[in-house]
Amino acid sequence: MAGTFEAPEVVYEELDVLLVGGGMACCGTAYEIMRWAEALKAETGKELKIKLVDKAAMDRSGAVAQGLSAINTYIGDKQDPADYARMVSNDLMGITRDDLAYDVGRNVDDSVHLFEEWGLPIWKTDAEGVRHDGAEAQKEGLPALKDGGQPVRSGKWQIMINGESYKWIVAEAAKKALGLNRIEERVFIVHLINDKNDPTRIAGAAGFSVRENKIYIYKAKAVMLAAGGCVNLFRPRSVGEGSGRAWYPVWNAGSTYAMAAEAGAEMTMMENRFVPARFKDGYGPVGAWFLLFKAKATNAYGEDYMVKNKEMLNDYPPYGQAAVPASCLRNHLMLKEMKEGRGPIYMDTVTALAKLAETLTPKEVKHLEAEAWEDFLDMCIGQCGIWVGENIDPREKNSELMPTEPYLLGSHSGCCGIWVSGPTDVGAPTTEEYEGIPAHLPKGWNWGYRSMTTVKGLFTAGDGVGASGHKFSSGSHTEGRLAAKSMVKYCIDNPDLKLEFDETNEQIAETIWRPVKTFLTHKDYTTAIDVNPNYITPKMLQMRLQKIMDEYVAGVATYYNTNDKMLAVAEEKLEMLKEDSLKLRAKDLHELLRAWENYHRILTAEAHMKHIQFREESRYPGFYYRTDKNFVDEENWHCFVNSVYDKHSKKWTCFKRKHVDLVDKSKLFKAAAPH
Amino acid sequence: MPTFVRTEKCDGCKGQDKTACMYICPHNLMKLDKDGSETGHAMKAFNQEPEQCWECYSCVKICPQGAIECRHYADIVPLGGSVQPLRGSDSIMWTIKFRNGTLKRFKFPIRTTAEGSIDPYGNKPMPKMSELTVDGVFTRAVMGGFRAGNPAELIRK
Repeated sequence: MAGTFEAPEVVYEELDVLLVGGGMACCGTAYEIMRWAEALKAETGKELKIKLVDKAAMDRSGAVAQGLSAINTYIGDKQDPADYARMVSNDLMGITRDDLAYDVGRNVDDSVHLFEEWGLPIWKTDAEGVRHDGAEAQKEGLPALKDGGQPVRSGKWQIMINGESYKWIVAEAAKKALGLNRIEERVFIVHLINDKNDPTRIAGAAGFSVRENKIYIYKAKAVMLAAGGCVNLFRPRSVGEGSGRAWYPVWNAGSTYAMAAEAGAEMTMMENRFVPARFKDGYGPVGAWFLLFKAKATNAYGEDYMVKNKEMLNDYPPYGQAAVPASCLRNHLMLKEMKEGRGPIYMDTVTALAKLAETLTPKEVKHLEAEAWEDFLDMCIGQCGIWVGENIDPREKNSELMPTEPYLLGSHSGCCGIWVSGPTDVGAPTTEEYEGIPAHLPKGWNWGYRSMTTVKGLFTAGDGVGASGHKFSSGSHTEGRLAAKSMVKYCIDNPDLKLEFDETNEQIAETIWRPVKTFLTHKDYTTAIDVNPNYITPKMLQMRLQKIMDEYVAGVATYYNTNDKMLAVAEEKLEMLKEDSLKLRAKDLHELLRAWENYHRILTAEAHMKHIQFREESRYPGFYYRTDKNFVDEENWHCFVNSVYDKHSKKWTCFKRKHVDLVDKSKLFKAAAPH
Repeated sequence: MPTFVRTEKCDGCKGQDKTACMYICPHNLMKLDKDGSETGHAMKAFNQEPEQCWECYSCVKICPQGAIECRHYADIVPLGGSVQPLRGSDSIMWTIKFRNGTLKRFKFPIRTTAEGSIDPYGNKPMPKMSELTVDGVFTRAVMGGFRAGNPAELIRK
């Protein structure tokens, strides 16, 4: 029976494995899990029922939808996974899980080699050191990476690609592995369901179609939750049409974090954020400009602030003393110039391109210009829009740089997310030294299934995995694959699991459809559809959230400053906002999508605020400052801050977990300067 | 730079089983106005929430009629420029027009295999269930991407 807007149809399905999301991580899971499912069937006859549900279309969903100009994590045969784990750690001010980073590091190149085999053009360097784009390299017979081909390194870990169709290619492999009957697109999963008899176990998930009046409820033993990071929880710098021009994709609504937290999963490092310094307004990537074209960033008077302000790095030993200082500290040095009135900050593209042109032939110069444009066209076309609108030719005019509004994510230069079980063979702790950790949570860093959260049967990857940033596209795919194996194992180990929902299908449907019901009930109370005391539009709710976060939780309005008093104000305001989220309205399915996205943003924002409040120091100078505790306190806060959320009382509990190094970090640092 | 749909070019994907731009938009922005009640243009698509547009160009690239373009964010960018792609099967061609009239064209490869040709498991081994708990992915032995690492680096092992 077809549903109506007043009375949606409820579709119920039982599965073994449900994949929530269709980005790089879930594409990785899909590719890996279907092969193991095939093996399981061949060896035992047992068939796993698997489904992937994406709120968009897999061909262009997730953070890689637009494309990318580089793969930022490729280890190669000259570096050790331990070097990678060290880099990840230092960039995130020392508090990361070496077990997770190391595991990604040793496995990630496998996925990159597959991408190339599937058709992703990867730039190559020939024997003379000349670089060739991915298609040309192939035509000229340069070997694939797998066969010893040399990539074009734009940094120690990054390789250049012609990546306009990166996601399209990776999705094609995943879709073929799954088969179309195991894929549900345009269905937004908004709510996870726990088991009635064991509240620490997952039992399923539910959501709705954004195209038909249909609610989907899935019972599943194992759920992969990989629905990206969180964007637009802070007021963006552009608030008109340009509010969609977020640096990270605007459709990443914190769904991963909010749903996991509500299901009881232990969160980690939710105080962490990423504030990328990017080309102003368009948020075009700077990596290739710094690393490939060797451009310098300067203040308005042409001074290289990384040189000028380098003494400031000594305030943060040992992290400031690494060969490459942490991303947040680079912002810290830039912000000094901005705050003291020496902005705008510029990327000196003119000098960089002129210098490169000195040693190149005219043909090579033309190629270089194309490379510079492709860097944006592959992954941030909007930046080209700004260049053409403002008549900026990078050879003639420098471009402004600007630190963005804050983003929450776990796969790029950020490490907030969910606490997961890691590999068992790299020396990770198995006991816990700190008091105050809720008794039902596991001790140590592994509890049986790689990538499983502290909720039995709930797995995550990519932006979902906390305390291990710098995975990027390839690492997220890899994490998805590693998790796939444990999900199969979990299903095999639990053949007779009888799951029972801790709420009824009717209750679930009612919760999901509440914003529609609210609208239909009250819409005729006033003559203006958007102004009504009985409800709030998703758009206004989002703007209220952004205002709170921007003004009290260290957004751009305060130059990323907050303190205990401001956080207390934010706490109260967020509390009321969360209450008001029950009055969200949805006048159509599109608004229902926005209503739920913004609910997820609120919970994510609340976690962020609570963690910053709990961590009584400023761990990430340049990303945020607690002006009442404006220092890095290695003695008391060189630890993870983790939390759990109680969906019944709607309260957070924050606690510390001990940080341990599994690889030697001292290799990173120059001798500390005398203080 | 919200995308916009050219009235005279959009045919509502009449000949297709689904509207291409609606199918592809990652943020659910493109909408087909079947009866013209929302835009005054029946059976044509439009961007229903331009301030949420990420400018990812997915709709621009997929539109079979070439009916979708971008007008750069009005709250940021001076008028007059345009950045327009033509995406083929193996490459993409960009036409870039500056506000001052300067024109640039670039062509970049997008894939080295035919679309739809990926055989995900074609030449890959079938894993054995006994290897399920061994670290690494099922293609570990054949893709040359596993980096074992120097055991001495793991200081707690």
